Formats: sequence, C-alpha cells, structure tokens
Amino acid sequence: MENFRQINLLVNKQPYTLAIKPYVSLLDALRDYLDLTGTKKGCDHGQCGACTVLVNGNRVLSCITLAVMKDGAEITTIEGIDHPLQNTFIEHDAFQCGYCTPGQICSAIGMLREGKAHSRAEVAELMSGNLCRCGASMQIIDAIMEVKSGGSNE
Amino acid sequence: MTQIGKAISRLEGWQKVTGSAKYAGDYNVPDLLYGYVVNSTITKGHIISIDTSDALALPGVIKVFTHQNRPGLAWFDIMYTDMDAPPGTVFKPLHDNEIKYNGQPVALIVAERFEIAREASALIKIKYEEMHFETRLDRNIEKGRNAKKGLATALKPPPPKPKGDFSLAYDESPFKVATEYRHSTEHHNPMELFATTTVYEGDGKLTIYDKTQGTINSQIYVANIFGLHFKDVRVLAPFVGGGFGSGLRPQYQLFFSVMAALELKRNVRVTLDRKQMYSFGHRPQVIQKLRFAAETNGKLTALSHLALSETSQFEDYAELVAEWSHKLYPANNTLFSYKLVPLDLYTPIDMRAPGGSTALHAIECTMDELAYQLKMDPLELRLKNYAEIDPSTDKPFTSKALKDCYLKAAEKFGWNERNPEPGSMTHGNKLIGYGMATGIWDAYQFPARVEIGVNAEGKLLVNNATTDIGTGTLTVMTQIAADQFGLSLDEVTFGYGDSKKPFSMFQGGSAMTASTGSAIVIAANVLKKKLLDKAKEITNSPLKDAELKDVMFTHGRMYLKNQVEVYVMLTDIVQANKGKTIKTTNLGAPHMFDLRKYSKMTHSAAFVEVEIDKDLKTITVTRAVTAVAAGKIINPKTATSQITGSMVWGISKALYEETILDENLGKYMNMNLGEYHIPVHADIKQLEVIFVEEKDELINELGVKGVGEIGLVAIPAAIANAIFHATGKRINNLPIHFDELL
Amino acid sequence: MNDFNYHKAATIDEAVNVVNENPRAAYLAGGTNIIDLWKYNIISPELLMDVNQLGEGIIETSDGIRLSAFITNSATAWHPLIEERYPLLSKAILAGASAQIRNMATNGGNLLQRTRCYYFYDPNVPCNKREPGSGCSAKEGYNRIHAILGASEQCIAVFPSDMCVALAALGAVLNVSGSAGNRSISFNDFHRLPGDTPQLDNNLLHDEIITSIDLPSKGFATNYSYLKLRDRHSYAFALVSVATGLDLEDNIIKEARIALGGVAHKPWRVIAAEEYLVGKAPTAENFAIAAEIILQGAISFKYNAFKIELSKRAIVRNCLMALDPSSQLPGSQPSA
Repeated sequence: MENFRQINLLVNKQPYTLAIKPYVSLLDALRDYLDLTGTKKGCDHGQCGACTVLVNGNRVLSCITLAVMKDGAEITTIEGIDHPLQNTFIEHDAFQCGYCTPGQICSAIGMLREGKAHSRAEVAELMSGNLCRCGASMQIIDAIMEVKSGGSNE
Repeated sequence: MTQIGKAISRLEGWQKVTGSAKYAGDYNVPDLLYGYVVNSTITKGHIISIDTSDALALPGVIKVFTHQNRPGLAWFDIMYTDMDAPPGTVFKPLHDNEIKYNGQPVALIVAERFEIAREASALIKIKYEEMHFETRLDRNIEKGRNAKKGLATALKPPPPKPKGDFSLAYDESPFKVATEYRHSTEHHNPMELFATTTVYEGDGKLTIYDKTQGTINSQIYVANIFGLHFKDVRVLAPFVGGGFGSGLRPQYQLFFSVMAALELKRNVRVTLDRKQMYSFGHRPQVIQKLRFAAETNGKLTALSHLALSETSQFEDYAELVAEWSHKLYPANNTLFSYKLVPLDLYTPIDMRAPGGSTALHAIECTMDELAYQLKMDPLELRLKNYAEIDPSTDKPFTSKALKDCYLKAAEKFGWNERNPEPGSMTHGNKLIGYGMATGIWDAYQFPARVEIGVNAEGKLLVNNATTDIGTGTLTVMTQIAADQFGLSLDEVTFGYGDSKKPFSMFQGGSAMTASTGSAIVIAANVLKKKLLDKAKEITNSPLKDAELKDVMFTHGRMYLKNQVEVYVMLTDIVQANKGKTIKTTNLGAPHMFDLRKYSKMTHSAAFVEVEIDKDLKTITVTRAVTAVAAGKIINPKTATSQITGSMVWGISKALYEETILDENLGKYMNMNLGEYHIPVHADIKQLEVIFVEEKDELINELGVKGVGEIGLVAIPAAIANAIFHATGKRINNLPIHFDELL
Repeated sequence: MNDFNYHKAATIDEAVNVVNENPRAAYLAGGTNIIDLWKYNIISPELLMDVNQLGEGIIETSDGIRLSAFITNSATAWHPLIEERYPLLSKAILAGASAQIRNMATNGGNLLQRTRCYYFYDPNVPCNKREPGSGCSAKEGYNRIHAILGASEQCIAVFPSDMCVALAALGAVLNVSGSAGNRSISFNDFHRLPGDTPQLDNNLLHDEIITSIDLPSKGFATNYSYLKLRDRHSYAFALVSVATGLDLEDNIIKEARIALGGVAHKPWRVIAAEEYLVGKAPTAENFAIAAEIILQGAISFKYNAFKIELSKRAIVRNCLMALDPSSQLPGSQPSA
C-alpha cells in the first residue's frame, strides 16, 4: 500500500514539505525526517512530557500526535525557542541530565501563555505533565517562577 | 583555589536548553537503518519456532535476526563479560532458543524506517514451550543461599562475621525490637530511552554512540564479542540522559546495533521503547529482618540484620545490605546475613544507592521504634550511639562530621518543636509528622588515567573517558583542572564521554569526582614539572634555577612564589617546544596502602515533615532538610542538585515507585511511566541541603567523597518515621500507599 | 503498530458514511488514547477518520449549554461560561491527565477512553475486554486499581475519566450522529457495565459519533466540589474520585448530586443516596449515610478492599468541601 501523504509544516518559522505515511508521529517526523532531534522521546505514549512542542502556540505531546493531523500547522520546537526561561533554567540548575529539558521549557512557555497559573502550587500542578527523573522539580519551578514574576535577567 | 568551591552553572547548560545536546539516539548519520527488538512473551521455556516470513515480506524490512540466523559470535562466556558483571554466566542475546525471563530479547528487525521495523515486529510469529517459573521472592524464601564469589565481590564483600553472642545479648537486654521490611522491585527509568547508533566505518572499524555510564566498558564488551581490535571500536557518550545505574552494564540495544551494523555493513540505530526498559536490570525485591536491643540508657547491645534478596538464575547479583547498622552504631553482639534466591527474572543491577537505600530504611526505622520504646528522642538515641571509630572494623574514619549533620539539620528543621506523641501535631485537618534518619555511604574511588596538556594558545586540555550522566562532571572537572594552573574556566577544555580518552571506570557509586578529579591533580603535578623543565630550556630562562616547589601558576604564567614578577608565559614554553602541546598522561588511584587503616564513609542526616489528611490519609512531604558530610564540595550548585535529586528519589522510593510483578504471570505489569509512578512536580515541595564542613586530608588529593547517593539513603526512613509520628502507624513495606493508613 | 489509512473529514456526515462502510475504521480526535492503544498493538485500525475541527464550540441553548464534542478539554474547562456556570465540570477536567493532554483530548474522546487496567494493555495476557473469552487476569492478579462496584465475572476494569464523573453528576445528555440518523443518550445510559460483554464500554454503535454534550441549566455553581485521590499529587488516574453538586436553601439540601469515579466500569451514581439527602441538613453524618447507600453492594478483591472505605470517606469530605468550594486546592486535592 503506497500510503504517503504530502504535508506542509511550518516548523520554527521554516516551511517544510514532507511525504509521509499517516502512521508517523509528529515526534518521529521532527526527529527522523526533519533532523530536529532537540525534541525528545521519553515514553512514546503520552506519559512523560519529554516530547512537548508548541502547535499554534499550544503545548501538546508530539509522540501521540500524527504528523498528518498537523498539516498546515505552525510548530515550535526547542530549536526555535529564544526565551528568558532558557537562562533561568541554567541559573537555577533546573536540569541535570538535560533530557527532559526541551519538553519542560516548551511546556513552561505554553503554560505561561495559557495564563492560568497564579501561584507556585498552580505552576507545579500545571507543569506536572513533564516528568524529571533527575529530581530537579524544585529548581524547575524556581526557574519558571523567576520568569513569571518578571525577575529574569533578560 | 578560586574555582573549586564556587557555585558554577553547568558548562553544557546552553546546549541542554537549546536542544543542541545530542544523546545516543540523536545522531542521524547518513543511510541509517533502524532496529526494533522483539521480546519474549513467556517467562520461562523454549522457542519452538519463529516465523519471520510476514515481517520479511514487508517492504522496507532489511533483515530479521533471531537465534537461528545470528552471526557466529564469541563462544566463551568470559568474552561477554563487562566491568560490572556479577559472578555467573553473562546473558548472551540470541544465543539459543532458551527463554530465561519474560521480556527477553528474541529477535531484531532491521528496516529502512523506525515505523517499518515496529510494524514488522507485530508480524513475527513465535511458538513457545512454556515451563514452570518462580518469580516471587516471598514464595521462595527457603531457597536463600550465599552469593557466589567473583571479581565484583571485591566491592561487595559478604557481611562481617558475628561478634559476641547475639541471641544471649538480645534476650537479656531490657529494650528490644524485631522488625521486618519488604521492598518491591524498582526500575531506573532514566528519561532517555536506551539507544545505540552504530556508524559502520569499514575495515572493521566502528564509531558507536551509546547510552552508557562507561564508554570503555561498552568498548571492551563490543570488541570481545565481535572479535574486533579495541582501537577499532570507539564508543562515544557525550550526553547521557540519566543512568542511575542502568547504564553500568552494556545493555542489549548495544549488542543488537553493533551486530546488525557489522552484518549489514550499514549504520544502524537500535532504540528500546519504554516497555523494553523494564527488560534488563532492576533494583531487587528484598526482605529484611532486624533485631536491635539496647540498655535502659539507650546504648545498643545487640544488632542483627538478615537480608534476603533476589537474583537471576544465571548471575549472582549482590548488594551491601546487612552490614550498614554496624558502620553507624557500636554493639558488642552482632549477627548479619545476606542471602540470595535465584528467580526466573533478569539479573538485578545497581540502582542509585544500591543496598544502602534498602538497608538504611530498615535500620533507621528500627532505630525509631527502639527510640519510642526507650521513650527517648530519636535524635538523642543516635547521638547516644554515635561512633567515633567504625565499629564494624575498629578503624578510625578518614573524617566523619555526622554529628554536625545531625545538629545543623535538626536546628534548620526545627526538630526541637516536635512533640514526640504520635498524632499530637496537627494543622487544620492535617496530621503533622516529623521524622529523622541517618545516611551513610561508602566513599568509593576507582583508578583513572588523565591526559593533561598545555597547547600553543596556552589552553589547558584535559581528557578522560568518563561520562557526565547529569552529575555535573564536565563542570566539576573543569573547575578542578583550572585551579591546578590558576586558570579561568574558559581556558580549560575537558574532553570526556569517549572511549578513546584515557581510562575511566563506569560512572557509578558516587566515585567519579574522587576518581577522575584526583587523577587530574596527580597528572597536573607531573605536567607542572614537565613545564618547568621545558621552561628551563628557554634561553636566559628566568626560572632556570627554580625547583617545582618554588613556582606557582596563574593567568597562563609560571612564576616564582617569592618573586611574582619573575615568570614565564605558558605560551612561551609551548613555543619553545616548537608549538607542540606539552602533555602527560598519569594514573590516579585510591591510596590503598594508607587507607587500609581507615574507614572512609560519607554521612548524612535527614529531617522530614509530612502532612497527612486526617480522614483520607493522603500523604504530602511538605519539607525535608538533609545535611551532608562528604568532604570538600567542588561545586555547591551541582552538588546541591545531586542531593535534592536524591531526596526526590528518596520520596519516590518511600511513597511512589514500584514495579508490579504479577504473581501468576511472572511478569511486570506496569512497564510504563503512566503506571510506574515517579514523583511529578506537584509532589515536590521544599527541599533544603546543608553541606557541613568536613576536611579530609587522607581520603584523596582533593579531600572529596562524592554526593551521588548520600542524599537518598536517609530519606525513606525519615518519611516512614514521620508517618508514624503523624499517625501512630508503622508501614514497613515500600512504597507506602496512603490507603494503608486508613 | 500497523500501517493505516487516514482521512480528514470535512463534515460529520462524510465521517459517518466512511466509518459506516469499514468495520476497521475508527474516529480520530485528539488521539491521546487511540494512538497510545495502536502503539501498544491493542487495536489495529485500517482507517482513522480525523474529526478534529468539526463542531461549533460552546453555545448557550434555551435550557442550558451545548458543548461541542470536538473541542479540547482545556478549551472547555477554561471557557468562561463553564467556569462560571459549571465549575464542577471545570474542576473535574483539570484534575485529569496533564495540561498537554488536555490541550489535545476532545470532549467526545474523553467519553470514549478505554480502561487503564494493566492486563487490558498487555496484548500477551488474557483479557476479556480486549479478547472476549480469553479470561480476566485482573481478578486473580494485582487488582489494586480495579472495580468495587458493578463488576462482573468477566471484567473488573474501571473507567478512568474524571470529566465524565462530573458529567454524570450534572446529568448531561449526549447527542450522537450515525448512519441511522441522530439520537440523544442520557449520560447514565451511555457507559455500560461489563456484564457478559466487557468488550463494549458504551452503547455507541460502530458508526456513531458523539457530536455534542448538553448540560442542563442547573450547574450547581454555588456548592460543588471535585475530589481526586490517587497515588501521586498529579498526573495519575483516580483510585477514587467524587463529584458533588449541592443545591442548598436555608442550610437544607434541596437537591444533591454525587458521582464516583475510579470504582466501576462507568461513573457511579446512586439516585437513592441523592434522594436521601433531600430535605436534610448538609452534615457529615447525613453525608456518611448517603455514602453507605452509594457503596451498598460493593465487592472488593485481594488488593482493592481499601477502595470501599476510601470511597465513603471521600464522599463525606467532598460533600463538606462543596459547602465551601474555595477550599479546593489545585489538582482537586483534599482541602487543607
């Protein structure tokens, strides 16, 4: 079955046209087809948040999204991010191995845009879809709170 | 020393926040093939047949490897062994048709695309002959036997022989407790999936990007099995997405990736999926029985700790469990035992604070029970039994600032505000519990070789094969090296994560800073002498009469201690060497001879507050303070993260994580991150770390002891003790489910 | 894992027609569960019919609100009309999954998610829900997360949704389209008990698709609470959850709604318990009696006996929390 679809993705403001089978996840499309390996595969089942990207500004899990579903969408991955959070993450040591970090940062940007977190507890709750096995939770929330409260060096 | 002791942000931080840090599965080399592993669905038995025809018929499938068509490989078990292999027979993937455990890899599909290989995996038809299996420790207690001895026994000796007459002393003591603890299986679950990208370079040469905690360990394993020259196998792991012990041994994706690359003469990547991450190595199930007895004044008289753990049918994996109480507390009568039960599961593997985190939970909860029996403050009981020399060996410690840990952490925490009566402290409809516990870990050091040199630009180049699994190794080693020559951090390049670099053991046991760090100091001293010798060769050298003890280094200069204005630029020395880098490679090794008279331990004290809902019994760890005595702290920022990260692991071990082993099916049932619960951000509240001053001039060149596991070991007991304080209930099996408090 | 075809539907009619013709076709909305199931090789669809971007959002009707089935859980939970008039629904949605998943998952899809039973998710072990007649591994297995109410010999799985617990309490009505036309299904008639057909989670026919959810005008916006008890503070399925809506007048209960999640094959509502509370004072004692009524007939297995007592306590606490909705913490944690 020759089951390829041509889709257009605007990734990090750059247009891409891909011939792809419907069963290719957005995550695998980014990593294996577009060589954007900054987005990570941690579970491939929507359970860890490492694959979080922004689709039309909303944080979603690219591992349980089919690339064909996002034909025409604007996607931002960690490679396209330029945000004060990147500095506060470094400053607060908000990662150790760094593997969950792209997902944490994309998720945090999405969360700030949603504007629904008004306290530290709410930030922690709304960031709980991003696991960190190194145990940097406290530092991650610190880094986000600094940006949220406008204390960033940027 | 201007860099050592400074809270430096991770030097690789920018790469990690921009996605440019590349992990083993991120190398999209040209013409890459993708491998997908098929795993056994039975627990024990044989493969009768494997039908791969449908899989092979799928367009894009290149090859399916099974035990029937695998290439000829090394014959002898010894060729499969690795630096962390326990005594026994190493598991050999695709060796034959025997199934030793559920999830055992039985086939590899190689295809042009990941999706195709995965699709083909569902088309492989395997017929099995199933045999009876045993996977539950608690149903096979009578099979316990001593662990076999082998190379690994050097680091994990059997527990010490009995002292005095335990039974008599226990019977005659006025205060005594007997306890039992059961721990379920845990899996490391680093966020990064195990992946290997093998680049087929031709002429028997391979470049391998592997997820490992030991590049040289993987290199040796591959070269031996596939009959390659060591120098032709280069293993790279510049970024490792967490290890926690799971990368201490080469895992099967490495074997498969290399096998396929060599057979197909192509570049091949094999990435395990999350479920497959449960098919190699785990923290074992352990059953512990303790009996402690004390005099009326709280002095311990008798200590017994019996531990029973699981291993596989083919290797004897052992941990240090039974002996820790006597490294903390003196007693004249002791009885320790550690036994293994072989089960039809894969061999366990070290997982963050192996043995110690298991044992200290039991020991420090037993101490808490004893304190309550004695009507004595739990902290006071520890201080009453404080050991100034190691009671298990009667040797002095190289350093021990545990008392400081107790006192500083207790003060910071507000321990004296604790009302000891269980259930007496409340806040709204929450019960408040305070608990404390002691931590101890061995200050390991392994041999390491370091190459260090100065180049024509005056930059310091330092090389060692170690990885940085998130511990901060790059940053810490750069700080150590910079200080040897008074340089700034950007004048130092630390090369690592590459088997081509000089020898390093795998990164584990909290040993890396002591191992590679000390080797840097040793090599730097040799380099200083070399530089001085070269400096003297310069015409009219101002240092021509100087001796090594007379010179110092800073800002790219070698100068006379007493005459700062008399100096030679390092760049000029290299210039005089025809611009060629001046370098040396040296071995750093533990001071075995001097240290044999000492006990070398890291210590900690943890104080934890829990809030427990009065009706619903939901548990929240609202704050925790850990004080650590681990010698010199090179980088307080990364070291603090090591401790807080370990504290999160302690919270997880106490309250959340467990691999569910189905008693009828002989397999794990929650092999995913949705049902294998590790803490989410909302679980983690306030964590505080104190590093107490601990000067250690004996332990090694730097006076460092390592901080990778010490933050974990005390936390589970502190939490369990806090839960008792809040509720009056002792839950001895981990993890503690809140519903057990109903 | 199998290769499948994909089609993006322009209209609901088109989607229904195509799915109707292919027994191995399935609707695809957020994808958060169906793609997960496909990757575990639990389902192998031939065609996925993408129904995203159909429907109209949230509109006011003469007697309540109509929620499109095709908008996301986030858009629903944070919609001003829902936050203001149906805060119970908002709270329940926000207690489920993670922010990212709620940004993807649709309202219709939420109703159709499959159980989280370990044995259902492992294609290599017996499971009557996955493979009718193969047996139930959970009954003799590790059944800590399983049902205490309404289970059968065939299946003891529970339905995992949080949103649906609130929809059950609110008495929602589902509007469905299929090749035979449109129909409405009251919420409590939608999900099924396992009985002898555990493979059927609900009463939708193969080609039928949920198009919208009607919320009756009564939203219990003054006295409501959603409580979720689970093994960690967030991002875990409920062991027990409770949705409560109370209508109070002069400190007397005029109407009560209580639904339980995590305990059965569907959100669990017992009308007799709600009726018992009518005319009574909102006290812990009365709520405890209601809880006893709700848990009548509960049967536990080796590892889940705690759920019975936990459910009773959760009901009482949640009803008390409903008296002061401001006491609810993020993630629907118990009040402090």
